[in-house]
Amino acid sequence: MVGFLIKRLLQAVFVVVAVTLIVAFAIRMTGDPALMLTAGSSNVTEADLLRIREGLGLNQPFYVQYLQSLSGLFTLDFGRSFMGGTPVSQLIAGALPATLMLAFASMAVSILLSIPLGIHAAVSQGRWPDQMIRILSLVGLSFPNFWLATMLVLLFSITLRWLPPSGMNGFATFIMPAVTMGIILTATNVRLVRTSMLETLQAQYITVARAKGLSESKVLYKHALRNCAIPLVTFLGLQFGGLLGGIVVVERVFNWPGMGSLAFDAVASRDYPVLQAVIMILSLMIVAVNLLVDVAYGLIDPRIRTE
Amino acid sequence: MAKSQTRSNMRFGSLEFILGAGLVALIALTVLFSDVLFPGMAGEINLTARLLPPFQEAGHIFGTDALGRDVLARVAAGGWISLQVGFVSVLGSVVIGVTMGLIAGYYRGIWDIIVMRFADVQLALPFILLAITFIAILGGSLRNTIILLIVSQWVQYARLVRGLVLSLRDREFILSARAIGVADRNIILSHLLPNLMGPIVVLMTLNVANNILLESSLTFLGLGVDPSIPSWGGMLAEGRTYLQTAWWVSVFPGLAILLTVLGLNLLGDWLRDSLDPTGRVGR
Repeated sequence: MVGFLIKRLLQAVFVVVAVTLIVAFAIRMTGDPALMLTAGSSNVTEADLLRIREGLGLNQPFYVQYLQSLSGLFTLDFGRSFMGGTPVSQLIAGALPATLMLAFASMAVSILLSIPLGIHAAVSQGRWPDQMIRILSLVGLSFPNFWLATMLVLLFSITLRWLPPSGMNGFATFIMPAVTMGIILTATNVRLVRTSMLETLQAQYITVARAKGLSESKVLYKHALRNCAIPLVTFLGLQFGGLLGGIVVVERVFNWPGMGSLAFDAVASRDYPVLQAVIMILSLMIVAVNLLVDVAYGLIDPRIRTE
Repeated sequence: MAKSQTRSNMRFGSLEFILGAGLVALIALTVLFSDVLFPGMAGEINLTARLLPPFQEAGHIFGTDALGRDVLARVAAGGWISLQVGFVSVLGSVVIGVTMGLIAGYYRGIWDIIVMRFADVQLALPFILLAITFIAILGGSLRNTIILLIVSQWVQYARLVRGLVLSLRDREFILSARAIGVADRNIILSHLLPNLMGPIVVLMTLNVANNILLESSLTFLGLGVDPSIPSWGGMLAEGRTYLQTAWWVSVFPGLAILLTVLGLNLLGDWLRDSLDPTGRVGR
């Protein structure tokens, strides 16, 4: 077990180093931030440029700058935004909770939808409810997330006027963004629940539970569901990267004040310290979640460790 | 043997195949012949016919956009970008990924390590995040979108092929081929590769669908294809401004994406049932 833990941890460290190196290198390729910062103003002297470069730490070699940005992940100091000089950590502290809350809300929606649907599909295997759910899951998988979001706005904000179209301000504003991503996640999760349910229902303890005379809903939701929880939780963990990627896009439609909006504003204004911090933090979180899932799974199921 | 088995599993009468192939054929033909069906209409600006609602004028069944251009003609023309990105990016990824996967699975060693570590990195850096970073630097264009898709996706094929090769390389038919002195290159190309085609084709179909979705998101966000070229993502970005007054500008391009991707997903699902019954290609 200890060997397995160390191996997984080293892999995770490698990934973090690789990802941060890619991002830092890419951002360095963009050119001289000092020139970009002074692009609008006239009479900029060479001395001004030098002073700006020194202020931003750009006169140091690449590896020093890289190590500094890496240490930012520990000290939570990511430098200052090019736009207005706000500390990047302050911007992140505002945006990260919004994105994470949306991520958890989407997962909650997806769990609430995919468990009953998946169980229903498994129980009616091969008959029309199963077929319907299978087709619906394929349709859900084929929706562009940003278009689904736009269509929800069209229906519930513009036509019916039930829900606010954008912003993050109370429970009502969470509904459409969370439902958008929830539906997209459900499309894949429902198949997973169905498959693992079908497997579980073959088990002898299910036959025993039925033979004892337990009601069918108790057999399904108490006894069988427990067994499906492990693959579902694992899968939710592995989906985390895709979920964040999706949220980043959907945030744009709903003007959600999260990491995605922060990143796009940073792209538009070439605010590289902000962009770099956003990408690094999101990737780090994905690595951490994947590591957690891996380790948890290794603890539960010893077969994984030897692979 | 493998061939006859594959054939008997192909159920061309299944609903999934008929629907999937029908949708893909309909859309592909409309897009490929858009110049013939709607000659010059996609770019034709007519400011006296701005934002005409759909189903009212015979000349503009899907209505017109803010510049009076026919939405149907633009949807047909815009599909060209999606199909191009979908197919070219997948072909590129397959060529690189399958080659790397074969080498990694057959020779193991350093190649195996490289492929697996790339796979770890790819898992941690979702396409959209990678795209935001690099598009900010390189600028958005059709070419850059395709390159980014290939860079982030070849690993999927490499990982799939590596796993399959690992399970095959110690089987009798490979060992005996090696024992009678068949060259590595021939073992890989004529004994291993044919046995991998099923799962590869399944993954390709699903990825064409997925890449069409990714391209449209990027273009919608203004990070993909040049907005002056008609594309589904670009039309949706424009349509957002008029969502309050002209729903049709946002509805029809999105519907086109949905139906295209659905058709490909149906085909992919059907192919998976036929060619990859053990389900090596996950979602």
